[in-house]
Amino acid sequence: MSTTTIAATDLELSDEGFFVHPEQWTEDMVPELARRDGIDVLTDAHWQVIRFMRAEYFEKGTGPTVRVLGKTSGVSIKQLYQLFPKGPAKIAAKIAGIPKPRGCI
Amino acid sequence: MGDTIEKVSIIISKGSLDAIYPGLIMANGARAEGIEANLFFTFFGLDAIHKARHEHIKLATVGNPGLHFATLLGGLPGVSTVMTHYMNSKMEKLDIPSIPEFIEMIADTGAGMYACKASVDLFGLEKNDFIPQVQDIITVGEFYEKAAGGQIIFT
Repeated sequence: MSTTTIAATDLELSDEGFFVHPEQWTEDMVPELARRDGIDVLTDAHWQVIRFMRAEYFEKGTGPTVRVLGKTSGVSIKQLYQLFPKGPAKIAAKIAGIPKPRGCI
Repeated sequence: MGDTIEKVSIIISKGSLDAIYPGLIMANGARAEGIEANLFFTFFGLDAIHKARHEHIKLATVGNPGLHFATLLGGLPGVSTVMTHYMNSKMEKLDIPSIPEFIEMIADTGAGMYACKASVDLFGLEKNDFIPQVQDIITVGEFYEKAAGGQIIFT
């Protein structure tokens, strides 16, 4: 567990860097969160995935896996990996301020 | 960075349903974690990437004590088909992709896919027998070159 400050808000993060309190997240934190994971330019497709992750999390209690994202977010698996090379579901969850998605496939 | 895994090379050497899935899940999971992954298919594992065979991968019902029924029974005609069907429908309910769909998906994640040259020669196969996602037929030496700097997992 660690704390950090983004957009003038003190945040509690897990050891892997995921939000402990998803309700603390705001959209103006996204550019800084993305930068920390090596994404300097945010496209509409990034935003589409990030918003989808959050919506799924609040609806289902866990963020979607890459397979679910590929099937339901409107962004293909190939494109997901282009947008988030270090792991689409994992990195998008970090940037979307939700816990790490749990699921093996 | 010694406590993180940056790259894995996974060898799939057997051709039964229960032997192919674990390697595929490991490879897909590695990519989901941002880990570089290669899949290397050898011996009967080649069936997983064989155009004509990969849609008909069967569960091993003989020599599989995990099924908890008599080996003699597992060898009866049709038992493997019925058990495979049962397993596939269970997996479908959990939204686990079929082997052909899973392999296509893993290729889309950017994982490398290779066939083992010794096995390809042994079975009299050629590049055209495999699905297009297979990048190359490579020797064991070339496999080690590709696996350099990462972990190797044999299944």
